[in-house]
Amino acid sequence: MKFIDQYRDADAVRQCADAIRRIATRPWHIMEVCGGQTHAIVRFGLDELLPDLITLIHGPGCPVCVTPIEMIDKAIAIARRRDVIFCSYGDMLRVPGSQRDLLTVKSAGGDVRIVYSPLDAVALARQHPEKQVVFFAIGFETTAPANVMAVVQAERLGLQNFSALVSHVLVPPAIRAVLAAPENVVQGFLAAGHVCAVMGTREYEPIVAEFRTPIVVTGFEPLDILQGVYLCVRQLEAGRAVLENQYARVVRPEGNPAAIRQVQQVLHTVSRKWRGIGEIPASGWALRPAYAQFDADLRFQVQHVQADEPAECLAGEVLQGRRKPYDCPAFGARCTPDTPLGAPMVSAEGACAAYYRYRRRRAV
Amino acid sequence: MTHSPDPPEHLSLSCPVAFSEHDTVQLAHGGGGRMMRALIEELLLPAFRDRSRPGGLPLPHDSAVVEMAGARIAFTTDSFVVNPLFFPGGDIGKLAVYGTVNDLAMAGAQPVCLSCALILEEGLPLDVLRRVVESMQQAALAASVRIVTGDTKVVDRGKGDGIFVNTAGMGLVPPGIEVHPSRVRVGDQILLSGDIGRHGITIMSQREGLQFAGAPDSDCAPLADLVSQLTRLGADLHCLRDLTRGGLAAALIEIADHVQVGMEVVESAIPVVAPVRGACELLGLDPLYVANEGRLVAFVPAAAAELGLAILRAHPAAPQPAVIGEVVAAHPGEVELRTVLGSGRLLDLPSGEQMPRIC
Repeated sequence: MKFIDQYRDADAVRQCADAIRRIATRPWHIMEVCGGQTHAIVRFGLDELLPDLITLIHGPGCPVCVTPIEMIDKAIAIARRRDVIFCSYGDMLRVPGSQRDLLTVKSAGGDVRIVYSPLDAVALARQHPEKQVVFFAIGFETTAPANVMAVVQAERLGLQNFSALVSHVLVPPAIRAVLAAPENVVQGFLAAGHVCAVMGTREYEPIVAEFRTPIVVTGFEPLDILQGVYLCVRQLEAGRAVLENQYARVVRPEGNPAAIRQVQQVLHTVSRKWRGIGEIPASGWALRPAYAQFDADLRFQVQHVQADEPAECLAGEVLQGRRKPYDCPAFGARCTPDTPLGAPMVSAEGACAAYYRYRRRRAV
Repeated sequence: MTHSPDPPEHLSLSCPVAFSEHDTVQLAHGGGGRMMRALIEELLLPAFRDRSRPGGLPLPHDSAVVEMAGARIAFTTDSFVVNPLFFPGGDIGKLAVYGTVNDLAMAGAQPVCLSCALILEEGLPLDVLRRVVESMQQAALAASVRIVTGDTKVVDRGKGDGIFVNTAGMGLVPPGIEVHPSRVRVGDQILLSGDIGRHGITIMSQREGLQFAGAPDSDCAPLADLVSQLTRLGADLHCLRDLTRGGLAAALIEIADHVQVGMEVVESAIPVVAPVRGACELLGLDPLYVANEGRLVAFVPAAAAELGLAILRAHPAAPQPAVIGEVVAAHPGEVELRTVLGSGRLLDLPSGEQMPRIC
C-alpha cells in the first residue's frame, strides 16, 4: 500500500536501526509524545531493534488516557439522561470514571453511540430533533479542527439540540511540564507529527531553547519513528539542541493556518487537569463564551462534578516516563484491559494497554 | 462474577476496580474476547457440567462429538443476530446455515441436517423473511445439508432486531478422523485457508455507513467440502478451527491456551487484501482480530503440510492458502507474532470487540 509499505520496509528499518547503533555512545532517554507512536513502537517491536543505550519513554500523548476522570463522570451523568444521545469516539467508552464507564451506561439503557466523525453527531442531531445530541469532544490539537467544525455547522444549521462536552488538551504545555519536573529523565523528544500538521512547529522553538532539549517532529510509521530517534540521538551525541522535522512530507512550519483560525475562533486556552498528572496551566482548550450555547457542561449543569483517581494507579508516573508500565505493582494483576485501574490500560494507544497486549511476557 | 458494584468502604483501595467486573451482561460478553471466554468458563460450563462424569471441564471445541448406535455424531448450535440483515457477500440466512455447517466441519464431520429456529419481530415485512429463508435454502443446497425441522416465535415490536436465527446441526464424523484441539502437537504446521478480515470490515462498512473504495465482500462460505478434502490427510489432520469473532488471533490464542502449547506465527505470511488493510489502517484496527465467516486454520504435522497446502490450493473455498506458522514447545499458552520487521510481538485476546481508535 503506497505511503505505508515504504515506511515499513524491513531492510530500510534495519538500516536505520544500525545507523542509530553506530552513532550512540552513551545512554539516552527519549520520549515519544504521541500515543499513536507508542502503539506503533509496540506493535512493530521497534524497541527490540534499538541498541540498549536508547530508552524510549512513552509520553502523555494518548488523548483517551489523559482525559480527567471527572470529565468521564460528567459524560456518564449526561449519557444516563433519557433525552440524550451521547456520541463518542470508540475507545473512550471503556475508560473508567469513578464509578463506571460509558459502556455500562449503554448496557443499562443509555443511548451511547460510537461515531467516527464529530459531523456524524451533527447529522444525528438533525435526524432526532426530539433528542439532545451530545458529542464528547476530546483529543489533542489534531482532532480540534474537526470537533470545532461540528460546532460551527450546528450553529449554521441553527441546531438547538446539539452540544459538545469539550476536554481538549495541548502538547507543548505537557512537554514543558515533563521537562520542568525535578525528577525528569527525558533528554529528547519525538513530537507528535499530526499535532504539528495542524499547529505547525514554531511553538516548540522556545521550549528547545529554554530547556536545551532536542525536539524532532516525527511521523507514525516504523521508519518515521526510527528516523526520529536517529535525528534525536545525533543531536544529543553532538551536544546540540534544535528543532528538527522528520515528518516534512506532512508537517509545514506554519501548520494549517485555516484550521488554526477556525479553532481559535471557537476555542480558547484554559487550565486543564490531566488524568494521572494533575492540573497544567494553559494546557487545554474549551469553548469560548460566544459558543456557550453549545457547551454541554453548562447545558446539563455538570460543572460541579468532581472525582478522585484510584490511588493505586501509577498512570501519572508512567505518562511522565518515570516508570515503565510493568514497574507498577497493579500491572497485569489488578489492572488489565478488562479491569482497568487507569486510562492507559484502556486505549489501544495507552502505554499500559500496549505493554499488556504486546509485551506481557517480559513483565512477568 | 462475585463482585458487587459498590465495594464496601473497608475494602477501600485494595479493590478499586470491582465496578469493571460487570454484574450485568455487556456487549463485550459476546465479542469473542476474554469477557466472552470468562462467561463461558465461569458461568456456563460449570452450570452444564455433567456431574456424573469425573474429571475437569472438557476442552472447548466448535462441535460436541457423541457416539450413538456405533456412529460418531457431531452436534452443534449457533445463533445469529447480525445487523444489517443483508450485506455484500451474504445475509443472516446464509450466515446461519454456513456458521453451523462450519462448526460441524471443524470436528471433521460431514454435515447431515440442520434445524432452523426463527425469532421474528412484530412488523417485520414478510418479504424480508421470504428473502432470508430462500437464502437459507440456497445455502443449504450449496453446503449439501438439509433443513429438517424448525420453530417460529414472534416478539413485540422493539424487542427484537427484525430477525434472530438459531440453527442447530448434526453431522457424521468419518471413521479414522479425530479432529480436536487436544491433538495439536509441537511441530505442527499452521495452515490458513485464505485472506483474513473480510467479514468484519464488510459488516462495519455497512453498519457504520463507512464507504471504502473497493470495499470487500464478506468471506461468508461453507467449509464442509473443503474439510472433507482435508480428511484425506487421515490421522494427520490434528485440529481445525474456523475464524469467527475475535479473528485469527483469538482462534490461535484459544487453542494455544487450552492445549498449553506455544505458537509462532509470521505476520508477512498472513494474507490480507488491500481494501481490508486500508480500512484497518483507517480505523486503527488490527486485521488479526477482525471477524471472518469462511476461513479456517488447520494443524497438521510438518510431513503432511505440503499435501495439506496442495489440497487447500485446489479448492475454491481456500483462495489464498498459506503456512503461517508452527506449534512450538517454548512459551506454552502464548502466540508470538514475528512482525513484518522481524521483531517479536505477543498476541493477546482482546477484551471484547475492537473499538476504532480516536487517531
